[in-house]
Amino acid sequence: MSIGLEHYLILSAILFSIGLYGALAKRNAIVILMSIELMLNAVNIAMVAFSRYIVPLLLTGQVFALFIMVVAAAEVAVGLAIIIAIYRSRETIDATEVNLMKW
Amino acid sequence: MGLEIAFWALAIVGVVAALAVVLLRDVFRAALSLVLCFLAVAGIYVTLSADFLAAVQVLVYVGAISVLIILAIMLTREVQRGSPSNRLRLPAFVVAILFFGAVVFAMVNTPWQVVDVPPLEPTTSALAFKLFGEGGFILPVEIAPVLLLAAILGAIVLVREK
Repeated sequence: MSIGLEHYLILSAILFSIGLYGALAKRNAIVILMSIELMLNAVNIAMVAFSRYIVPLLLTGQVFALFIMVVAAAEVAVGLAIIIAIYRSRETIDATEVNLMKW
Repeated sequence: MGLEIAFWALAIVGVVAALAVVLLRDVFRAALSLVLCFLAVAGIYVTLSADFLAAVQVLVYVGAISVLIILAIMLTREVQRGSPSNRLRLPAFVVAILFFGAVVFAMVNTPWQVVDVPPLEPTTSALAFKLFGEGGFILPVEIAPVLLLAAILGAIVLVREK
């Protein structure tokens, strides 16, 4: 059985679901950020797979994947800066204890 | 045949590493398995004949983002407390499984119009024409550095000592 579009899409869905579970169920803010990175990578796999199998000569999906990487890099920089600022003022990065803005 | 073996090996390594990211108790080991997962994704890009993206993945994710994450883990000394789950562990698991089921259902039932054309190789110059050429993505390419600059300035402002 040869590898087709569905294989890549299901792999992408598995990785996205794992990342979704991690982002919802973890306490450590850095682990939540790592799970979000997993989800972004899963989306990138789906983009590149669509680009390879549906429009192989246009490369549009690869261009979108490049922009997702740019946004992911910016997001990680700002996210880790926020985590370090929170750690500095509250001595913890437990997402359940950081409830300053919780109603 | 080689492509299939490569796909299955990389997919299994990637999924196991991703599971390790969310299941390991040690945050530092979770970060290292995240690096392994990024490398497996780079290999997946190679099997999709996206050579430039694979190189960028190794440079940006394996090189830069993982170093940032490990640096943050070291700076916050949260390693001793591990990576416990919160009270929403079971609902989160159910939500993830439901989401996976919905996505797979949608994928299997969509008639994808797969074209049987061999992909472009190498992709670097074609991507460059796509990004910078006539009728390409030149405006997003110009906006992306503005976003990166804003992110860098924001990060500096956030972590600066008062």
